[in-house]
Amino acid sequence: MAANLPDSRPDPDALLVRMRREEAEHQRGRMKIFFGAAPGVGKSYAMLEAARKQKTDGADVVVGYVELHGRPETEALLQGLEVLPPQKFEHRGLVLTEFDLDAALARDPQIVLVDELAHSNHPGARHPKRWMDIVELLDAGIDVYTTVNVQHVESVNDIVAQITGVVVRETVPDRVFDAADEVELVDLPPDDLLQRLREGKVYAPEKSRHALEAFFRKGNLIALRQLALRATAERVDAAMREYRDDHSINATWAAGERILVCVGPDPLSERLVRAARRLAVALHADWHAIYVETPKLVRLPRAARDRVLETLKLAESLGAQTANLSGESVAREALLFARQNNVSKIIVGKPSRSRWQDRFRASLVDEIVRGSGHVDVYVITGEADAEKSPAAPRLPARTSQWPAYAASAGIVAAITALCGALYPHVERANLVMLYLLGTVLAAARFGRGPSVLATVLSVGLFDFLFVPPEYTFVVSDTQYLITFAVMLATGLTISHLAARGRRQASVARARERRAAELYALSRELARSRGVNELGEILRRHVLAGIDADAAVLMPDSEGRLQDPARFCARSGSEARYPVPGNDLGIAQWAFDHRQKAGHGTETLASADAIYLPLNAQQRCIGVLALRPKDTHQLDVPEQMHLIESLVNQTAIAMERVQLAQSAHSADVQIESERLRNVLLSSISHDFRTPLASIIGAASTLSDERASALDPQRRRGLEATILEEARRLHRLVDNLLDLTRLSQGPVQLKRQWLTLEEIVGGVLRRLHDALAGREVRVDLPPDLPLIHADEVLLEQLLFNLVENAIKHAPASAIRIVAESTPGGISVAVRDHGPGLPPGEESSVFDKFHRGRVEAAQSGFGLGLAICKVIVEAHGGRISARNLAEGGAEFLFSLPRDAEPPQ
Amino acid sequence: MTTAPMQLLAIEDDPQIQRFLTAALEAHGHSLEVAGNAADGLRQATLRQPDVIIVDLGLPDMSGLDVIERLREWFQRPILVLSARSHENDKIAALDRGADDYLTKPFGIGELLARLRVAQRHLAERDGANLQTRIDAGALSIDLAAHRVQRDGVDLHLTPTEYELLTALAKHRGKVMTHRQLLREVWGAAHVESPHYLRIYMRALRHKIESDPARPRYLLTEVGVGYRFADEGA
Repeated sequence: MAANLPDSRPDPDALLVRMRREEAEHQRGRMKIFFGAAPGVGKSYAMLEAARKQKTDGADVVVGYVELHGRPETEALLQGLEVLPPQKFEHRGLVLTEFDLDAALARDPQIVLVDELAHSNHPGARHPKRWMDIVELLDAGIDVYTTVNVQHVESVNDIVAQITGVVVRETVPDRVFDAADEVELVDLPPDDLLQRLREGKVYAPEKSRHALEAFFRKGNLIALRQLALRATAERVDAAMREYRDDHSINATWAAGERILVCVGPDPLSERLVRAARRLAVALHADWHAIYVETPKLVRLPRAARDRVLETLKLAESLGAQTANLSGESVAREALLFARQNNVSKIIVGKPSRSRWQDRFRASLVDEIVRGSGHVDVYVITGEADAEKSPAAPRLPARTSQWPAYAASAGIVAAITALCGALYPHVERANLVMLYLLGTVLAAARFGRGPSVLATVLSVGLFDFLFVPPEYTFVVSDTQYLITFAVMLATGLTISHLAARGRRQASVARARERRAAELYALSRELARSRGVNELGEILRRHVLAGIDADAAVLMPDSEGRLQDPARFCARSGSEARYPVPGNDLGIAQWAFDHRQKAGHGTETLASADAIYLPLNAQQRCIGVLALRPKDTHQLDVPEQMHLIESLVNQTAIAMERVQLAQSAHSADVQIESERLRNVLLSSISHDFRTPLASIIGAASTLSDERASALDPQRRRGLEATILEEARRLHRLVDNLLDLTRLSQGPVQLKRQWLTLEEIVGGVLRRLHDALAGREVRVDLPPDLPLIHADEVLLEQLLFNLVENAIKHAPASAIRIVAESTPGGISVAVRDHGPGLPPGEESSVFDKFHRGRVEAAQSGFGLGLAICKVIVEAHGGRISARNLAEGGAEFLFSLPRDAEPPQ
Repeated sequence: MTTAPMQLLAIEDDPQIQRFLTAALEAHGHSLEVAGNAADGLRQATLRQPDVIIVDLGLPDMSGLDVIERLREWFQRPILVLSARSHENDKIAALDRGADDYLTKPFGIGELLARLRVAQRHLAERDGANLQTRIDAGALSIDLAAHRVQRDGVDLHLTPTEYELLTALAKHRGKVMTHRQLLREVWGAAHVESPHYLRIYMRALRHKIESDPARPRYLLTEVGVGYRFADEGA
């Protein structure tokens, strides 16, 4: 029953895409393209006319850049429109003018006019291509009117070249063209255009003749017009389909074609890609371009591999999803990919091979056709044989192999010596076996070349030394020729197999290394807590695979990236990575636009460093700046993929940490708000009581009838004032301590201390309060020094002893310390009533008062301060009731450093 | 215990504390001049040549630390500092700039008088009135000439460093000495940044001369600041 459902229900993926698109459209500007078949059809004119109309309708229209070509009619239209002054560049004495992107962004109009979408910018501009400028304008929410001719659209570029014989270098990716919200075809029949051209309305007269001859032939113009009309028709069709999708009209829901094109290092691949694009557009299908790297292809020279990358990039710019696979067989990997991705059509190139070769080995096409099952296979022909792929050079890519060759010759020599010793006693057939053993050893150890050498040497030496007549290469018994042939064939086969095995192993190793690198990173990321620490981990992992300087740039609170404090080269050397203002500007751009910038990217490609934004789900967290010693390192796609994966993983981890931090600080805020309220209500009670006594006593003493008081009463009142003032003093001290300690992280002034001294200081300070009490101090003589803040540690112990004095009246107090494996633990015990059950941990809360006793005053801040101090030292504090009665307060401090001496 | 009348100068801006100091010190027979700010204080100091100057660290027109520095350019007699609690660094800075001792606000009159007594004695010693070769404190006696330390008449065996440390404190009996001052005096200027020496030797020294090292009678700790050899009145 599921079989007839798909037609009646919109594809959820498609709905999602539509929702995202609508969301994006809300902020993005709209792009309108005035589209023509050739120069001179009147695109700029039509654009300016449309702009004037918008202006009359009240829109804020600005002319960003218009190519006038000295056409007076067009120039007349500029009258009354605001024109941005162009940016000027000096180039070899010539002053070039360019569209000023920053000026347009700063002006921020409703609509901006920028002529010539396909234009290539001056090397000093921010983007190499004007269409990138326009994408940035759209991102900024500005509507753009622009113009383009059909021959500049990437996917028809090769057709245009075939028709006109003129190769157009300035192209616009189809996705940019397709992303236009509106395309207006500016059409002019070829005869009219030629007429205009002759009248000098297209180009200035002296230029036009040359242009006429090269490009403006009537045949060309007809073909170009046809292409332009077709492209427009396709767009209208697409708009129609979109409308249907949007309104869930799915009676003719497409079956969801997917096209796969396999590319290789030969020049035919580019044609394959373009053909695939055309087919994909015609079928409204998604398409994939893949490159399967077989062990054989790994050995290709760099130029050939670069060509593959170029082809994949082209495919990407034409809207394909690309993948770089590796495997033993192209056909098998391609078919596997096709099955996994529900591909319905595969496009492959027809190999240009001789018939003889075809018979000898199954071609890629045959293999794919055989294994394709229900997938359609399209075979595209190549050009004439003249454009044959250059033969891959046979030389191994590795450096000097002479030691390997010498060693394998050595092996053969050793075998020969062994054979010489055994020869009189052993059959010649067994000698052959020994030589084959040598070949196997050479193949396993040194690879193909040396083992081929070993094979040839073996055959030669065997013939020369052991086959009669000896010491000549002449063979008397022709049977030995078979032996030689078998020996040679076996040796070469072994060499080949061994070499292939080694290559596969190295490919596998490379993949494993990448997986291991990612795994190691994610494990380390999971362990870290701070964003800066995460950045440092990323830096380290990136530098493990590339010889470069790197830094992670983080923004300040206003989103401006900061010059990094740490920016070192890989070996930990002191080489600083200087980030001059300009480079920081590129990094900032990457951060603001959440896109990579710098070397090898679409933005400021001429920079020698690359800037990768750390994009998390909600925002960009920072930027990884990477300046390799050799920028070619960045052109290896595996390398870049790995780095980008590392960056992405780190960005996610950073966002996690930042979210956790902000959640935590929100908690802290709520807590401190609550605390403030409790504090205010506590203050009114705890401060007023002693103040009431002081004011009362002092006013009695200063009363005019005070002389009537008997001396004893008088001294009593004086004692009250003193006592209550001291109580107030303790309250204020505690409150100040807690406020100070609660404000952010506690700054510890750690020193090496003896606990004995701290205890001594506390007992002296509490001398009066302890009067008449037994205090037992039990400190082992070998107690190590403690690395702690002296003042805070004394405060901690003071509060604990004071707490015991207050809550265990008349009880003996015991201070016990012991050295533990992890540090030191100190206990303060009393024999008082102990803690109420269940309050063992809440006693450390702020404003906890223990039993409700009106007489027992003092905020209950003392123990809260203890907790803050212990935790600032990384220790723990706890309270419990002792079995023999009374309470114990125990704190432990970890050993954070080795004591000196 | 009473002290001989002294000429005192207090540089202190708070009128309530001025009033309390005047009342309390005059009741004990001293005469006190009060300056409400640093400029007036420095002027009165040259004018009256007091025996002891009391300086509040928080003054309206100049930092108390600077006042001490200015005074020490010519004033040889004791300077006593008043400071707020929890400003150990200020206390140390004041002592290192030449203040003789400090009192933490709030303080009682008893503490102030005890400090003044110590100051007076050191004043007398500095004037060469009675150069000591022997210091007696409770059961402890130190013979500076013979390098001998006894407790209850029994010789104590101290290492040379322990002896140096003990005498450094005992010679300034009753007066606080900062860690740096002690390190410089006992170990030399090169070791002022190694306070753990001091802690280790102080522990050893206490174990030799104190009956209960955790509740010392002679070698008292001033938390966060330094040490003090107990005055006889303490």
